[in-house]
Amino acid sequence: MAKVLMKGNEAIGEAAIRAGCLNYFAYPITPQSEVAEYLSRRMPEVGGVFLQGESEVAVSYMIFGAAACGARVFTTSSSPGISLMSEAISYIAAAQCPAVFVNIMRGGPGLGGILPSQADYFQSVKGGGHGDYRLLVMAPASVQEAVEMVMQAFPLSEKYRNPVMILGDGLIGQMMEPVEFPDHLRTEPTNKDDWATNGMAFRKSDKRNLVKSLFLDPDQLNSNNLTLKAKYEQMKQEEIRFETYNTDSDYRVLLVSYGTMSRVCRTAIDQLKEEGVEVGMVRPQTLFPFPEEAVRTAAGKAGCRAVASIEMSMGQMVEDVERSVRGSLPVHWYGKCGGDVPTPEEIIDFTRSLL
Amino acid sequence: MQSEVMFAGFGGQGILLSAKILAQTAMTSGFEVAWIPSYGPEMRGGTAYCTVVISDRPIGSPIIRNPLHLVAMNRPSLEKFAPVVKPGGVIIINSSLIPIGAGREDVDAVSIPVTDIAKELGSVRSANIVALAAFAARSKLVDRELLKECVKAEFSKKEKLIPLNLKAVDAGFQAAQKN
Amino acid sequence: MAKGKTFAKPEALSDAVTHYCPGCTHGVIHRLIAEVIDELGIRGKTVGIAPVGCAVLAYNYFTFDFQEAAHGRAPAMATGIKRVRPDLVVFTYQGDGDLASIGMGEIIHAANRGEKFTTIFVNNAVYGMTGGQMAPTTMPNQRTTTSPFGRDVNDVGMPIRMAELLSSLATPAYVTRQTVLKPKTINKAKKAIKRAFEYQLAGRCFSFVEVVSTCPTNWGMTPVEAIQWAEQTMLPYYPLGDFKTPEADGQAAKDSV
Repeated sequence: MAKVLMKGNEAIGEAAIRAGCLNYFAYPITPQSEVAEYLSRRMPEVGGVFLQGESEVAVSYMIFGAAACGARVFTTSSSPGISLMSEAISYIAAAQCPAVFVNIMRGGPGLGGILPSQADYFQSVKGGGHGDYRLLVMAPASVQEAVEMVMQAFPLSEKYRNPVMILGDGLIGQMMEPVEFPDHLRTEPTNKDDWATNGMAFRKSDKRNLVKSLFLDPDQLNSNNLTLKAKYEQMKQEEIRFETYNTDSDYRVLLVSYGTMSRVCRTAIDQLKEEGVEVGMVRPQTLFPFPEEAVRTAAGKAGCRAVASIEMSMGQMVEDVERSVRGSLPVHWYGKCGGDVPTPEEIIDFTRSLL
Repeated sequence: MQSEVMFAGFGGQGILLSAKILAQTAMTSGFEVAWIPSYGPEMRGGTAYCTVVISDRPIGSPIIRNPLHLVAMNRPSLEKFAPVVKPGGVIIINSSLIPIGAGREDVDAVSIPVTDIAKELGSVRSANIVALAAFAARSKLVDRELLKECVKAEFSKKEKLIPLNLKAVDAGFQAAQKN
Repeated sequence: MAKGKTFAKPEALSDAVTHYCPGCTHGVIHRLIAEVIDELGIRGKTVGIAPVGCAVLAYNYFTFDFQEAAHGRAPAMATGIKRVRPDLVVFTYQGDGDLASIGMGEIIHAANRGEKFTTIFVNNAVYGMTGGQMAPTTMPNQRTTTSPFGRDVNDVGMPIRMAELLSSLATPAYVTRQTVLKPKTINKAKKAIKRAFEYQLAGRCFSFVEVVSTCPTNWGMTPVEAIQWAEQTMLPYYPLGDFKTPEADGQAAKDSV
């Protein structure tokens, strides 16, 4: 298929349809409302479901209800909206249902601002809702990658029966870039008859299915949490994704950065290279599971003197970078989170300060 | 080789659309492109701007503080952004609304009354296309015929507007070449 | 067939012994739902949604698919199911704290969208599971563990009448209030529940059956005293009957054109 120029938010909506997800519930919030606007027109064309709920809270439970009866379903929102959905996300993870959430991040805390941010790293990667659960978190750095990750998210959420979070920043949603919708990522929803509440008569079974998260017996709750933990361990084995940049060089500083911020870093690295300064980068594509091994290995390369986490937050991913490096090198942080994305020049100045 | 083009003006002057058509034309020519709107509070009245990045390799930073080129549709945009344009770039000044110059000697600054030209063509709303065409002529970033094809495609759902906007492309090219 | 002569357990009801207190009316309401599901032959395509509250474990007592909601969110989950699977029969089973307090937004909007599912709303004027705290439906001067001097209506307002509130929405619906205090009212309640499911099966409208119930344990009464208190105190404030039917709504819509 030929390339088309598309806004990230619209491409995300189209990608879900191309992936075979025809059910979407949402509540408007800047900077991702274009997904709902796009799908309100597009879903009827493909015989899908579009519903604007009364709140993010309600929407997240519409997702839960639909997912629990075996439908492929997703929603999109932005930071404050994801806070409201975090309750349901915890329930969905506990009850082991697949669902896809997209967070086009804006600045926080509180109402914050509407410009790009990466300040929901902790919310997505470390918790958000209550209890012992994890999300598989994917972070696109371009509109094309957002499309691919959305399309991969559905089979992954079904493989693990766990919510998958696509964590983009405002620019990923607002920017237009050329995109190509890959055919090879289209997948059929998996058979869910052994657990989904899709009606006994429809699955020709006498055994009823129950979707729940209440385990009053401590042994049962512990056992359910161990089941969840085993899935998260499996994700760490099978789903880590990352890219490296300029790591073949004899770099003296290693940057770790994701999403839009990693593109700014790439430009900074190119300019530094022209000035004779080699800098490497690891770009996590999955934030959970985090590419610990890749960061540790890259930091351990001879000649590397410092590591820095560059992010549009006040220093969140830096904790995972520190954990990965395990004290073998100093780990620094540089970032901003008011919506003013740091420029390549700022990254260059900061990187030079580490030399 | 990378070019960054900033389109700036009042909300409602068609800034986002002319930027999109440029991105579409450059993409069709085989370039990597990114269209980056300003979607902050300034979009509600005041100055709106949008940057198009055109490159022969994957685009890194989408954050552009110093564009190579500027298409300024109103005075506040020119005053705000003319000083940050890189040396050697093109600045299109909508002289119908902007009585001043760019104040730069190191750029190709061209004053064109795009709003008046659009009015003569039949609708002030095609001023953005006149400006886009003038920019294309001056920067030589995209081909005139391909630009026309992309204008046609953009207005395919409002066919009535196609002839007007094709005339706007020709008028923009002519005006840029006269100057 | 010995119709009406034997008292057999409905197929839709499980063998499990309920955890409900002596004199509690949840068991009766569960049975009515199970009988209706059997009579309509819809067990294989029904999905129930349990609330948070005393009925959180309701799924243990039924033999068809069930989901368990967070507090008050059952109508949103039911919306999700019915939108993606209109061929399933869906009901929520909710108490007064769940539906009329924390879940007020979800129930109002689901009703107003005319979602084609059924809600059974059990109103016993108190939070049961958490230990007898004040509910939005707690009666004036009624003592609860969080209104130890009686509900002060100057401080926290009057009890909310959900059936009346929902019937004020313009979207067609079936909204009724019933009770299970006496054999005769139990039969009427069953008819209303059946009618509610029939509207859903016909794809006609949202259907809502409020059931005035008792909570002897948290009211600090014997089961008989509780029935008397409900009759004397609750029923005058929560009158029984149909508050809205799609037939009447259809007529009203015609009249207004």
